[in-house]
Amino acid sequence: MKKTVCLYFQVHQPDRLRQYRFFDICRDSHYYDDFANRTVLKRVAERCYLPANRMLLDLIRKHEGAFKVAFSVSGSVIEQFERYAPEVIDSFRELADTGCVEFLCETYYHSLASLVSPKEFASQVKKHAKTIKEYFGKEPSAFRNTELIYSDGIASMLYKLGFKTVLTEGAKHILGWKSPDYVYNNPAHPDQKILLRNFTLSDDIAFRFSDTSWAEWPVTADKFAAWLGDDSREGEIVNLFMDYETFGEHQKASSGIFDFLAYLPEAILSKGGFEFLTPSEAAAKHESVGDLEIAHPISWADEERDTSAWLGNELQNEAFSKLYALEEKIADINDAAILSDYGKLQESDHFYYMCTKFFSDGAVHKYFNPYDTPYEAFINYMNVLSDFIARVNDALTTAVSSKEALPTPVKPKRRKSSL
Amino acid sequence: MFGWEFPPHIAGGLGTACYGMTRGLAENGVEVLFVMPSASGDEDQSYVKIINASDVACTLVSENVDEFLGKVSFVRIGSNMIPYVDPEDFSALVEEEQTRQKKEFRMQFGAKYRFSGKYGTNLMEEVARYAAVGAEIALENDFDVIHAHDWLTYYAGIAAKNVSGKPLVIHVHATEFDRSGENVNTQVFDIEKRGMEAADRVITVSDLTRNIVVNRYGIDPSKVVTVHNAVDFGNKEGVEVKRAVKEKVVTFLGRITFQKGPEYFIEAAARVLKRCDNVRFVMAGSGDMFNRCVKHVAKLGIADKFHFTGFLRGADVQKMFALSDVYVMPSVSEPFGISPLEAMKTNVPSIISKQSGVAEVLKYAIKVDFWDINAMADAIYALINYPALADMAARCGMDEVNALKWTAAAARIRRVYESVVVK
Repeated sequence: MKKTVCLYFQVHQPDRLRQYRFFDICRDSHYYDDFANRTVLKRVAERCYLPANRMLLDLIRKHEGAFKVAFSVSGSVIEQFERYAPEVIDSFRELADTGCVEFLCETYYHSLASLVSPKEFASQVKKHAKTIKEYFGKEPSAFRNTELIYSDGIASMLYKLGFKTVLTEGAKHILGWKSPDYVYNNPAHPDQKILLRNFTLSDDIAFRFSDTSWAEWPVTADKFAAWLGDDSREGEIVNLFMDYETFGEHQKASSGIFDFLAYLPEAILSKGGFEFLTPSEAAAKHESVGDLEIAHPISWADEERDTSAWLGNELQNEAFSKLYALEEKIADINDAAILSDYGKLQESDHFYYMCTKFFSDGAVHKYFNPYDTPYEAFINYMNVLSDFIARVNDALTTAVSSKEALPTPVKPKRRKSSL
Repeated sequence: MFGWEFPPHIAGGLGTACYGMTRGLAENGVEVLFVMPSASGDEDQSYVKIINASDVACTLVSENVDEFLGKVSFVRIGSNMIPYVDPEDFSALVEEEQTRQKKEFRMQFGAKYRFSGKYGTNLMEEVARYAAVGAEIALENDFDVIHAHDWLTYYAGIAAKNVSGKPLVIHVHATEFDRSGENVNTQVFDIEKRGMEAADRVITVSDLTRNIVVNRYGIDPSKVVTVHNAVDFGNKEGVEVKRAVKEKVVTFLGRITFQKGPEYFIEAAARVLKRCDNVRFVMAGSGDMFNRCVKHVAKLGIADKFHFTGFLRGADVQKMFALSDVYVMPSVSEPFGISPLEAMKTNVPSIISKQSGVAEVLKYAIKVDFWDINAMADAIYALINYPALADMAARCGMDEVNALKWTAAAARIRRVYESVVVK
C-alpha cells in the first residue's frame, strides 16, 4: 500500500476592530476597521491567495488527478472576499471544479465556541457547512476546528453533527511514544477517525522555510521529498497542515516558497511510494491503529499546544466570559446585524491579540496584530463589547415589549397574580 | 519667576497653576518675568513676560565662571564621588575635575543651550544648566523677588539669589514624598532640601504639604506659608456633550500612578457594581500602573462596566467631565489636586481623599480616606442613587469653586513677597 501525503491549508482573516473609544459606546455601533481589513485582505490576496491558487490549479491539471489538496476557508474570510476581492472566490471555485480539492468544515466565525457552548458551536458548524455547499458545491464531510482545537468532547459533538473525520495537532504531550503518521480514532466512536498534523514537517515549511540560521536551510522540494521517503520513517500517512498564508505572505515569494511548491508534487510522486489524498479520502483508506484519548483541549498554537494562547490570562478569560454570558439573551433576538456582530466578536483572533506570553511565540502573535500591547487589545475589545451588550439589552426590551403589546389582554389582575 | 512649563504645552498641573498665578499677580499689580526652559512662542503673554532660557546665551567672563562654578559645582560633583582616596589625590582629582568642568562650561555654556523642557532622562543635566541660565538672567534683569516653582527650578532660584542678592521664595507644589511615597529619589530630595533651606520663604499649596516640608525636610515652620491654589476657568465653559450611555458615569481622571490611588477606585467600583447595575466606571489617563490596573479590572470581572480611555488631551478632558455623574480623586497623597475643582466647575459632584490638599478648601465635596474603599463605594452609590444629594453637591460645589479665585490667592503671594522685600 502506498503511503499518503495529505495537504491541508487554512484560509482565514479576522474582522479587525477599529479603535473604539469609551466615547463611542452607545453612539456608534460600527466596530470594524474597514480600511485595515481591506488593505490586509487585498495584500494577502495579491501575494498569496491568487498566485498560490493559480499554481495549485496548474499542478492539479499537470498531474491529472494525482495531486490533491484540502482547504478550510472560514466564513469570516469568505464575507471579506465577497466585499473586497471576489476574484479570489472565483479562483477557489475553479479549484473546487477540478474534483481534486476538498473543502473542510469549521466554525463559521473561526471561533472558540467549541470550548464553551455546544449549542453555539453546532450552529456555527451548520452555518459554515451550508456556506461551503453554496460556494463550492459539496457538503463538507471532514472537520477541522479553529486552530485545530480538539478534545474527546469536541469530537463527540462533531460525531453527532455527522463528521467522521476530524483533523487536529499531533501534539507530543498527547502522543507520547506514538507517531502522528497513523490514523487514530475517538475512543467513544471507533468509526470517527482522527488525522494528526506532523508538526515537524509542517513547520519545516510554514515556519522554518526561510530561516537562514536553520541548519537545513535551504529546503528544496527534493530534499523535503527525501525526508518523507526516508526508509527509517515509519507510518502510513504524513499530514502537512498549515496556514495558506505561508505561501507568499509568511514566507515571501523571494524566499523561493513558490518554486518549492511548484516542484513538490513531482518530487514526492517520483519517489513512487506516495500518493496525495484529501483528508476524507485518507480517512477512508487507512484503518485506525487505535484509540486516541484527549481529555483536555489541544491546539496547534505555541509551544504548549493548548488553548492558553486565547484563554491563558485574566484579560482573555474576562472578555470571553462576558461575551458568552450573552448567549441566552441572543437566542431571543432575531436581528441580522446583532447576530452577525455576535459572530464576528467571537473570532478567536480578538482573544489571541490579548495574549501576554510574548516571549516564546511573540513573532507569531505579532503577525497581522493591529495592537501594540495586549492591554490595548483588551480595552478596545471591551469597549466594543460594552456597546454590543447595550444593543442586545435594547433589542430584548423592544422585543419583549412588542410581544406584550400585541395581545394586550385586558386582564392585568390575573397577570399580577401569576407573578 | 522660574517655572518649567506654561500653557499650552503642559504635562501636569504645574503649568496651569503658574499661568493662573501670574495672571492673579498682574491683577495685584505685580509684574512678572517668567523664565521657562523651552518656550514655544504660543504662550499667552498678556499678563507676563516670558523669557525662553534656550534663547539666553551665557556670556560670563572667566572670573565669573570660577565664581559661578563655586556656586553651582555641587550640582555636578554629586555624580563624581570617588571613595577611598587620600587627601592629596583627592585634591588633585578635584582640580582636574574643576579644569575639565571649566573647559566644558565654556564650550557648552558659551553658547545657547537648547532645553527640551520635558521630563526626560537628562533631566538632571537640564536642571543644572537651567541654573546657569538662571544666574545669567538674574545679572541682566532688574527685579525685587525671585520665585521658583518646584525642585526643577530650585537651583536656578538659588543661583539667581547668589548673583543678585535678592530674596528667594520657593513654591512647593509637590514634594518627592508625594511623587514616590517612601522610596524617595535622594538626589531630588537633596535639591528640594537645599532649595527650601536657601529660601527666605517657602510657599506650600496646602497645610498637608506644609507639614511635610516642616517635618520631613526640617524647615523652620516660621518661614513656611500655605497659599492654597485657585482655579480660573476662563472661557472653557459650555462644552455641550450629548449623553450616549444610559448608565451613570463615575470617572477617575489623572495619571495612573501609585500617588493617585487608582487601585482603590477599582476596588470601590467592584463594590458598587455588586449592588447596582446602572453605572459605568471610567479611568482616564495613563501611567506606570496602567497595565496592572487593566489586569486588576479583568480579574474582578467588571471589564464590561469599567472602561479605560488612555491619556486624554484638551477638549476630550472637558468632554469626559461633561459625561460624568460623579468624579472620584482617591489620591494617596496629593499636595493640592486641581482636578476635582474642574469637575465641580462642570457641575459634577466629587469624592476626594482626605489625603489631598484640596480637601482643606472644599466643603461640598465628599471626603473619604483613600484606603477606605467601603466608604468610597458608599459615597459613589449615594451620589448615583440619591438625586437630592447629587444636586446639592453639584450646586454648592459650583459656588464653592467659583469663589476660589487666583486674584485672592495672588494677593496672599504678594504679601509673602512684601514680607521678604521689607526685610
